[in-house]
Amino acid sequence: MTGRGRLRRWIFELGLGARMSVAGGRAGWARLTLIAAGTGVGVALLLCLAALPAALEASGDRESARTEAVDSEREVPRGDGTMLIGIATTTFHDDAIHGRMLQPEGSRPPVPPGVTALPKPGEMLVSPALRRLIEDNPVLGRRWEARIVGTIGDDGLTGPADLAFYLGTDTLTEDTGRRIEAFGHSYTEEGVSPVMLLLTAVGMVVLLTPVMVFMASAVRFGGEARDKRLAALRLVGSDAGMTRRIAAGETLAGAVLGLLVGTVLAAGAALLAHRYATGPLSFYLSDMRPVPVLAALIALGVPAVAVLVTLSAMRRVVVEPLGVVRLSTTVRRRLWWRLILPVAGIALLWPLTNGLGEGPGSGATEFQAAAGVALLLIGLALLLPWLVDAVVHRLGGGGVAWELAVRRLQLDSGTAVRAVSGIAVSVAGVIAVQGLVSAIETQVTGSGGTPAAVARQQVLPQTDLPVGTWTTALRETPGVQTVETVRIARAGRDGSEVTVRIGSCAALEGYAALPGCTDGDAFAVNVATTGVFTVEGGGQWTAPASTRDVVPTDSLLDYGPLLLLTPAAAADAFPAGEARYTLTLDGRTPNALEQLRNTAARMDPQALVYGAGNDAVASALRTIRQGLLAGTIAMLVLIGASMVVNVAEQMRERRRVLAVLVAFGTRRRTMSGSVLLQAAVPVLLGMTLAIGFGSGLAAILMAAVQAPVTVDWFGIGTTSGMAALVVLGTTAAALPTLLRLTRPGNLRSE
Amino acid sequence: MTEQPLLVAEGLHLHFGETKALDDASLHIWPGEVVALMGPSGSGKSTLLHCLAGILQPDSGRVAYHGRDLTAMSDSERSALRRGEFGFVFQFGQLVPELTCVENVALPLRLSGTGRREAHRTATDWLERLEVGDVAGKRPGQVSGGQGQRVAVARALVSRPRVVFADEPTGALDSLNGELVMKLFITAARDTGAAVVLVTHEARVAAYSDREAVVRDGRVREQEHAR
Amino acid sequence: MSVTFALLGLLENGPRHGYDLKRTYDDTFGRDRALHYGQVYSTMARLLKNGLVEVESEPGDGPERKRYAITHAGITDVAEWIGRPEKPEPYLQSTLYTKVVLALMTGRDADEVLDSQRAEHLRMMRELTRRKTDGDLADELICDHALFHLEADLRWLELTAARLDRLAARVRP
Repeated sequence: MTGRGRLRRWIFELGLGARMSVAGGRAGWARLTLIAAGTGVGVALLLCLAALPAALEASGDRESARTEAVDSEREVPRGDGTMLIGIATTTFHDDAIHGRMLQPEGSRPPVPPGVTALPKPGEMLVSPALRRLIEDNPVLGRRWEARIVGTIGDDGLTGPADLAFYLGTDTLTEDTGRRIEAFGHSYTEEGVSPVMLLLTAVGMVVLLTPVMVFMASAVRFGGEARDKRLAALRLVGSDAGMTRRIAAGETLAGAVLGLLVGTVLAAGAALLAHRYATGPLSFYLSDMRPVPVLAALIALGVPAVAVLVTLSAMRRVVVEPLGVVRLSTTVRRRLWWRLILPVAGIALLWPLTNGLGEGPGSGATEFQAAAGVALLLIGLALLLPWLVDAVVHRLGGGGVAWELAVRRLQLDSGTAVRAVSGIAVSVAGVIAVQGLVSAIETQVTGSGGTPAAVARQQVLPQTDLPVGTWTTALRETPGVQTVETVRIARAGRDGSEVTVRIGSCAALEGYAALPGCTDGDAFAVNVATTGVFTVEGGGQWTAPASTRDVVPTDSLLDYGPLLLLTPAAAADAFPAGEARYTLTLDGRTPNALEQLRNTAARMDPQALVYGAGNDAVASALRTIRQGLLAGTIAMLVLIGASMVVNVAEQMRERRRVLAVLVAFGTRRRTMSGSVLLQAAVPVLLGMTLAIGFGSGLAAILMAAVQAPVTVDWFGIGTTSGMAALVVLGTTAAALPTLLRLTRPGNLRSE
Repeated sequence: MTEQPLLVAEGLHLHFGETKALDDASLHIWPGEVVALMGPSGSGKSTLLHCLAGILQPDSGRVAYHGRDLTAMSDSERSALRRGEFGFVFQFGQLVPELTCVENVALPLRLSGTGRREAHRTATDWLERLEVGDVAGKRPGQVSGGQGQRVAVARALVSRPRVVFADEPTGALDSLNGELVMKLFITAARDTGAAVVLVTHEARVAAYSDREAVVRDGRVREQEHAR
Repeated sequence: MSVTFALLGLLENGPRHGYDLKRTYDDTFGRDRALHYGQVYSTMARLLKNGLVEVESEPGDGPERKRYAITHAGITDVAEWIGRPEKPEPYLQSTLYTKVVLALMTGRDADEVLDSQRAEHLRMMRELTRRKTDGDLADELICDHALFHLEADLRWLELTAARLDRLAARVRP
């Protein structure tokens, strides 16, 4: 046969398969719809991920464009085209609000993007999202003594949910503000922390692996009916190769349809993200263009993978003219090759237990970690069928429902396991990431914090206002319980700079544990406890004999040499320099923190208010956690849906047996019990394996970020609970089908 | 013998959509007798059997077993009756494919609450009695059609029912296997004193009965109970 | 035997000449074995003697001028014959067919004819089945032979029952 003739034959056979996929009447369409929906959801997820880089870049570009161009090398002289700006960024609840004070110094001041006319003193421009936030929360509106005169255009915002404002002012001086000639700042790469990179890489893998597993099981929906159809084709004389190509054609039709569905879904997701997404995931529609290479990869890869999965599924099945022979019933699943991937994964991850190393991530370690996690998770999906097989064959005894379920699984556990492996992979991934996230969280926030009752906050002013003015204003703020003043000074010792904090014992407690502190005591962190220190600005200070070495709180770990002095110990050696205020808030007063921020902003818009926790990291962690949770719930719903389909399909195939069981008086309870157990046994095994793998993975990752290795019982509990819900939901959703199929009328349908 | 019919159907009507399946059908089954329900396909004989067994509910009319009205019972009461008093043999596809033959036979006993070991012992006895003791540990997919039907007969009789309903029990078998199944089936049923309602279109199968009733267009022409 | 009743039955729908009778019989039942005139006349003579038919003579000479009519006794005899199931035996079809057609032609219940015949066949089959179940292999083989023949008859009965409407349309004037 010529090459061209063969090609034409192949195309004909693929086309025949595609036609057959819709020719099966209602059942055929249902199957096609399921495959398309399944792959569609997967494709949509992939497309969203592919669009993420461009979207992040676009919003990052706008972020740099609005950042003031500050050149630390060069003093900018005052001119007609300069302006003083102050950083008035603040926080509302957990949302950061980008804010700048603008004070033009001439007639041609630079204008930030998205702004047509600069606000005059007492006026402000806000982003649409901030305007809505203020309308919904009057307490936030009282933070600035300014009138809103307009909104910032899209050019000047990172996304539709960006919270930003520009405040016109005339109070800035060269000391409190910065002089700029233009907006637009090219970042030198900030260097994302290796921990965050690891987290992102692992999170991606955790989300993507179940999508793959799900798509692989989606293209096998309705496989039994297809096998029967193929057997009929064999009967009229198609050979094994043709049969395979026809089957591939069938799957291809579903996968291509899935691509279309996925594109539509992704567009819908983009619309939703534009409308409702918050924080760093809020993008304009025009930002969301998938990277062409990735889009092409998806468009070609998904159908290719679909066909490969179909062919590999058919490898275990010999379609003979007189029916379908399943090889898997005689071939026991082998263990050894299923162990290769997880072992390789552990081998990749093991070196990480010594820690990630310092400095910004180089990429290689993260790649290694992501690859290790992916191998481990895929290995889990491969191990599960073997485990279910091995366990189920050892089960026996029990009631009728149990016996029916177990025997069913012994005969064919493949269908059930395919759905469950998706659950197992995502649960293992979630447990690992949840464990890692909470480990990082304990590192960041410190353990034993009681945020509800008493919240310790610090206020760092930028402008020189008398200490008395600040303390009075702060004390009058509702919810503030105590206000302690800490003066900051600098000293030198053996050529290195030492930060000095002077305040009462209560104020200093925030930096380190100070057992038995009384006025007159002095404490040292990372610096000698005896000797003479030179005071910046002139003079000397001698450490008293009672000076003790103490351990700082976690958040101050890397702060370098530090002296903590009570007023009496400081004598008057240190000049009255800048002051900061440490407060405790009554957590029960509503909006206490917001009131405090209001007070601080009204006194000095540039004043920084921050709590003990590392807010930026904490909120990033929160985003990751939420994203992961949402992703997992979506995955579980999908997997639940595919399990319902599997169970329903299987029941349809067995309707005669079901009707016979009803005929001789089997209770509905027994039958629904067997359906429940049939779903529950593989899920239980999958969960056990997933919890084992997930906890192990979490332990390795915790060791990598040098957090204490703990078991994340909360994560295990929630994911197990969700898995139980999936099982119950599957059974509940399958019950109507069961009841319908067990109507005795089915005895007659043959 | 007290001559009270065991199972009485009176004036049954049943529609499936537009199709009239039963049209004023009446029938009496006496204890221990074997009755053949004959008639062309689509005449309603299987439907009549399902109504007699309480599997289908007629639109109107009455089915009484031992004077108890099946049509007035709840679904679970009828299920319990089927579990305890009735047995079933169908044409094919009736054995649960994932259970072994002995487990299939033990199923009715276990559904009625008999312990596993006891049920399996009784089931094994019944398999021996129907000359298929050697297939006890095999799955239905691994035995021949004739063996499978004999396993099904064992399952129908294992709980010592008062009535066995058989719907074309030899329909999927060749004549030799069909004869063997019928011989063993009817002999065993007569031994246990069970009445048999036998739906068949084959005269040689019907010849194992004591009398026949012909179903045509949803009505029954019943031969006199000769006793 | 069945020829006698067939001729008698054909008279139920009205008196006929002998020639007429032969032609009607040939059309309805004869197929590949037409009656001889002699057979018709000898049968009629016998029936006449037994009082089951009577002769209506018309003016003119010769046998052609004789018209035969059925008597009450004749009608009763026909009814009794049609209603009585035949003893199941091989090669019954022609007799059964005659009965069914006559029943249809004379407005009797042909279903009833078939049903009672079926019952009779089944009774016989039951007898044989019982004998075979209790007997040895020789009994079994012999009984089976008979059973298969009876079954063939029964199938014919069933098919005929299913086609009665079409048959009625053909034989009813």
